Amino acid sequence: MRKPADLIFQAISLLTLVVALAALGALVWTVVADGAPRLSWQFITNIASRNAEKAGVYHALMGSIWVITLTGLLALPVGVAAAIYLEEYGSRSAVARFIELNIANLAAVPSIIYGLLGLGLFVRLMGMGQSVMAGAATLALLALPVVILSTREALRTVPNSIREGSYALGATKWQTIWNQVLPMSLPGVLTGLILALSRAIGETAPLITIGALTYIPFAPDTVWSKFTVLPIQIFNWVSRPQADFKVNAAAGILVLLVLLLSMNAVAVIVRDRYQRQGRA
Amino acid sequence: MTSGTVPSLSGVVRSSGHNQAALDAPVKIAVDRLNFYYGEKRALDGISIKIRSNLVTAFIGPSGCGKSTFLRTLNRMNDIIPATRVEGGVLIDGQPIYESGVDVVQLRRKVGMVFQKSNPFPKSIFENVAYGLRINGLTKSKAEMAERVEESLRQAAIWDEVKDRLHESALALSGGQQQRLCIARALAIRPEILLMDEPASALDPIATQRIEELIYDLKKNYTIVIVTHNMQQAARVSDFTAFFWLGRLIEFDRTDKIFTAPAERLTEDYVTGRCG
Amino acid sequence: MPTRTLEWIIERLLFLCAALSVLTTAGIIAVLAFETYEFLREVPILDFLTGTEWTPLFANRQFGVLPLVAGTLLVSAIAMVVALPMGLLAATYLSEYAPDTLRRIVKPVLEILAGVPTVVYGYFALTFVTPLLQRVFPTLSGFNALSPGLVMGLMILPLVSSLSEDAMRAVPSGLREGSYALGATRMQTAIKVVVPAAFSGVTAAFILAVSRAIGETMIVAIAAGQQPRLTANPFVPIETMTAYIVQVSLGDTPQGTIEYRTIFAVGMLLFLMTFVLNLISTWLRERFREEYA
Repeated sequence: MRKPADLIFQAISLLTLVVALAALGALVWTVVADGAPRLSWQFITNIASRNAEKAGVYHALMGSIWVITLTGLLALPVGVAAAIYLEEYGSRSAVARFIELNIANLAAVPSIIYGLLGLGLFVRLMGMGQSVMAGAATLALLALPVVILSTREALRTVPNSIREGSYALGATKWQTIWNQVLPMSLPGVLTGLILALSRAIGETAPLITIGALTYIPFAPDTVWSKFTVLPIQIFNWVSRPQADFKVNAAAGILVLLVLLLSMNAVAVIVRDRYQRQGRA
Repeated sequence: MTSGTVPSLSGVVRSSGHNQAALDAPVKIAVDRLNFYYGEKRALDGISIKIRSNLVTAFIGPSGCGKSTFLRTLNRMNDIIPATRVEGGVLIDGQPIYESGVDVVQLRRKVGMVFQKSNPFPKSIFENVAYGLRINGLTKSKAEMAERVEESLRQAAIWDEVKDRLHESALALSGGQQQRLCIARALAIRPEILLMDEPASALDPIATQRIEELIYDLKKNYTIVIVTHNMQQAARVSDFTAFFWLGRLIEFDRTDKIFTAPAERLTEDYVTGRCG
Repeated sequence: MPTRTLEWIIERLLFLCAALSVLTTAGIIAVLAFETYEFLREVPILDFLTGTEWTPLFANRQFGVLPLVAGTLLVSAIAMVVALPMGLLAATYLSEYAPDTLRRIVKPVLEILAGVPTVVYGYFALTFVTPLLQRVFPTLSGFNALSPGLVMGLMILPLVSSLSEDAMRAVPSGLREGSYALGATRMQTAIKVVVPAAFSGVTAAFILAVSRAIGETMIVAIAAGQQPRLTANPFVPIETMTAYIVQVSLGDTPQGTIEYRTIFAVGMLLFLMTFVLNLISTWLRERFREEYA
């Protein structure tokens, strides 16, 4: 009497996973089928145009690369510094706990709220305008909790015996961190950064909110330039009623996914290479 | 006062020809009624001891009796554990080390430490030894650094084995070699005192023997304090032995006396294996 | 060679970087509060919170936010209908049944689902799911709440699954073994012992999922429409709070106008809703950890 119920339950659960898998498959298939025809080298090097067939992602792609690079440059030092403080200095003080609470909360704030913060603070109050810098600063704040979390985990993997060995030789706390702990945790830190950036590269809402443009006739040439990014270009195309632009959107998605896959692949390679090095 | 010798170890104790000299050696470390607390729990109770220069002093006692904790108070390594507290005084060369204004970094240059489980840094052999020199700014040129590294590796009796692979990873060495490397690393900054926490407990008998020979050689230039749970080792290697039990120092005397004619009943029970 | 002063300076700098998170939270609250305050000087708060017409960009301006809230809740509810049961089932299967080889395939797949950019999901909802659903429901409008709701559910499923699985795995195996020893099947053990034991953890996961759905933007901006409407009908176009903010941001609204301020007022409401949900979720997770730490 119980066995059949058990099997049915198992079947339903398995079915759930199958449905999820099938949906993912449908998504990939749709995007590939729709977008592959438009995908070509020209597509990547063409700029936006009113003619769907001539339009390409060049400016958006450049904008994405500029923004993500700057985001990484901003988020990495600040995130690592914050993680070092919390993990190596902060201990159990009330202040440290309060900071940790803030970080945990910030990780769950909707990304569009970060856009509003960026709009009010970076674009208007600090006068950065609708620039690459404003976008990168906004995304850096968004990426910070992830960078902090993964850096803390990486710091935790360094055994205490290494720290003790360093202290016993008369090293100060910072010397120990800089010379021993950080180098050992670097692979984990980098992996975390790359993962945070791969999430940031797909972010659309906060950048729309700070005023990244949807139609832009140039690639950025300084961090103060106006800009657009790949997901916004995709959004722009998918919002147009003409079927041709939907094809462009799909092709743009393929470019974005390739970028994402490459970034994740790099993260995996970094992690594996250093795991092997550590086991000398 | 118990009578009779302790048969099992009396043959092991080195008959030190400088028994009298040993008692005249200047006091390097003087500990006065030391209490140590982990939070509310008192781990060390009223320890008073005088450790003399250029001799090997062994701390023995059962697990958890506080000998490692006490060792670590001598170079203030317990500072890095939160919620610990020290009462009483520790003087090195007559200077108190538990006062505000004491530079812990300088203290640890003077009092080096080797750990129970060897903990080489995941760097090259050369870098492991050079690390202490670098962070303390002890050398002025690359040539000088290379000299100091070689000197330390020779002192630790490992130079011949590694001289051709100084820039290979230290993690590729065997357990015994890693431990000698850690000793070289500690010696590189030219401390005056060397604290060794069960330095051979993770090693095979042959590697252990090499470490013990090393310790015997090193005491010409250093004051050595070694924690060990291996009584034969203490009997072989040390000039003085301190016996700890449940956070208290029960007896402290010349090694030959502790192992042949201890004054305390508890000591005798421990060294004959009747307890602990 | 670092001196004591240098060490002290370094520690201060590191602390500042850590404290930046507090500044960020403060910044969010400050920016939202300031503009919302200015907004509420012109629009009475009761009109805002209880009004049923949202037409701030039209000539006849109405500032009742309920249609946006309704749109948000409708899409989120549909998403939860998909994500919660499926996520919990998937978690149960992975935690209590799945052999290692299956886990090693399924978990990466779920991670991929979680990592797809939302703009891609939006595309999927508009160009694949909506036409597909229109074959089943011919009255389904091109922009609607059903399609993005379902797709959002798919996107959130991995979150529910992984958090619930963590909660279930934290349940001590002693409890399971006790159940098996009494002759219960795996299903009975899973449903009657493990899930109830993991209740706070699973509930925390559910609440976090709701918070995620409420804050989601691009899927609804692409596929749900821009017609604020106080309705529970999933077949018609609606507008969510997040999509409204996008809509205004895409336009040329000058700073300092009431239209500009509406996005902050809506943003404030959104922030408060998700903040409260996140707090509850965190509190539940803390309680759960205490039970089994």
